[in-house]
Amino acid sequence: MSESKKITRRDFLKIAWGAAGALALLEAGGIVLKFLSPKAAEGEFGGVFTVGNVEDFPPGSVTPFNAGRFYLVRLADGGFLALYRKCTHLGCAVPWDQTSGRFVCPCHGSEFEPDGMVLNPPAPRPLDRFPVIIEDGVVKVDTGTIIQRDRTGPDDIVYP
Amino acid sequence: MSTDSPDTRPDSLLGRVWESIKRHDLPPQDDRARMRAVMSNLLLHLHPAKVAKPAIRFNYTFGLGGLALLLLSILAGTGVLLLFVYTPSPESAYNDMLALQTEIWFGQLIRNLHHWSGNLLVVVAFLHMLRVFYTGGFRSPREFNWVIGLSLLLLVAAANFTGYLLPWDQLAYWAVTVGSSLLGYVPVVGDWLGRLVLGGPEVGAATLTNFYALHIAVIPLVMAGIAGFHIWRVRKDGLTVPRRLDEPPDRKIERVTTWPHLLGREIVFALIVIGLLLFWSSWVDAPLEGAADPDHSPNPAKAAWYFMGLQELLLHFHPVFGAIVIPGLALVALAVLPYLRFDIDAEGIWFRSRRGRGVAIFGMLVGLIATPAFVLLDEYVIDLPSLLPSLPTIISNGWVPLAAILLLLIGYYDMVRRLFGATACEARMSLFTLLLTSFVVLTLIGIFFRGEGMALVVPF
Repeated sequence: MSESKKITRRDFLKIAWGAAGALALLEAGGIVLKFLSPKAAEGEFGGVFTVGNVEDFPPGSVTPFNAGRFYLVRLADGGFLALYRKCTHLGCAVPWDQTSGRFVCPCHGSEFEPDGMVLNPPAPRPLDRFPVIIEDGVVKVDTGTIIQRDRTGPDDIVYP
Repeated sequence: MSTDSPDTRPDSLLGRVWESIKRHDLPPQDDRARMRAVMSNLLLHLHPAKVAKPAIRFNYTFGLGGLALLLLSILAGTGVLLLFVYTPSPESAYNDMLALQTEIWFGQLIRNLHHWSGNLLVVVAFLHMLRVFYTGGFRSPREFNWVIGLSLLLLVAAANFTGYLLPWDQLAYWAVTVGSSLLGYVPVVGDWLGRLVLGGPEVGAATLTNFYALHIAVIPLVMAGIAGFHIWRVRKDGLTVPRRLDEPPDRKIERVTTWPHLLGREIVFALIVIGLLLFWSSWVDAPLEGAADPDHSPNPAKAAWYFMGLQELLLHFHPVFGAIVIPGLALVALAVLPYLRFDIDAEGIWFRSRRGRGVAIFGMLVGLIATPAFVLLDEYVIDLPSLLPSLPTIISNGWVPLAAILLLLIGYYDMVRRLFGATACEARMSLFTLLLTSFVVLTLIGIFFRGEGMALVVPF
């Protein structure tokens, strides 16, 4: 027992070489991953969009802003909401279907309420949203912050 | 030159040059010379000098492994040509495709050859795997080569997927958007992985650069290395010999020289395939839709056809299960297959035994009936998330149906063993056949029976 516990010089060198080799591989892997990682400038669309005045958007309307990749939704009760158009299922651009009053994803048939709630899977969670800022009757949307949510709620909605 | 010169080379300079290249008398005149010609040639020595006569029967291997190699060569050749006329940037990629098809001599033909060879390679590699499975070709000592082959199949899929984006049309853009979104569902590292592959939050210029580098350099190099290893292992482990049901395993097997028996067949088969590919590519153009438009997903937005089975799974399961858990389980099961007990002496016999043929057909029939039935049930009758509203969909549309299906499969395995008195090995093959049939049926449903909004439609 006691003999097998003793580390010989040969064992020590084996372990040292092995550890040095593993460390070198880890470093090389780290360098490659760091080299390949996306540039820091993330959002191509990540700025604040000034979209118009409150009265430009009648209650119960959905207005697309392609440059910002979002829909400005004004619910029937007058509340505002900005929804990221990227489907939470597999990333397709979800179009607004005026006739059914829903967002219907063409890729896998997910359907969403105007407030982003899932009406029909496979989408696993409501549409992501952006913060809406209303100052002096002017509506702004901050596309730099994507807010993921598990359920819709009154906190998502901004009233003028 | 004096007549007693030791120089035995031909008199003419050209003759001497030719002699220095070929090293032996060609064509070889007797079996001994034929074997030496195969052994001492860089390319030919991939083959043994002699092979078992039954092993080179066409309807045993169907030449699928060699065909995959031929397609890889065609892909490399046409791929290098395409490199000369293509720039991987969103501004120019699509215009390069248009120019390729309208302005460049034989541009459309070269693109078609590359496109159809790539598609055919997916089919051929898959069929090659099935052939090896059903003839017991992965038995010891070939287990690890089966795993290597599996990794080659994945590389073929990766090569196809990265190549799919390069034309930068609507088809490419949205298929890759959907495909790469699957990465986001990998537990823990999903978001990071997705951003790494795409080079940003959405498919864009960085994605095109990444996919280009992967498609033209990383994947081909890795694949060449692994394919070389795969073939070397085939050469070292030897070919399995086909056997009829009534033949004893220790029968005497006639061996013939590789030159000309195997070589002749290979050359004829390769020429036929090249001819058919040229003919097909002259008449059928590779698809190209409108330029990529990130604002509009087409309806329906389908993945490439070989991913349709996966896409169909996604319609029925929570994405973590459809994209990660179920394919992951399938891959692990495939990799483990050759290491399981192979308890009957059935190497080289199609479907193991007479009873094996019976249970294979049974598995196929069950798959043919059960798969469409389950798809219809899930589409029109059972809605698990609303039946179990208190549970998150990852459980109601993931764990619950997966557990049910696994239980059914275990029940099926047990039933085959009892009903047919099948051995574990035969029952496993029957289960494999059932799952294979399901996969094929799901793929066909995805290709032909999914219309707008991915609703079920009848195509005729």
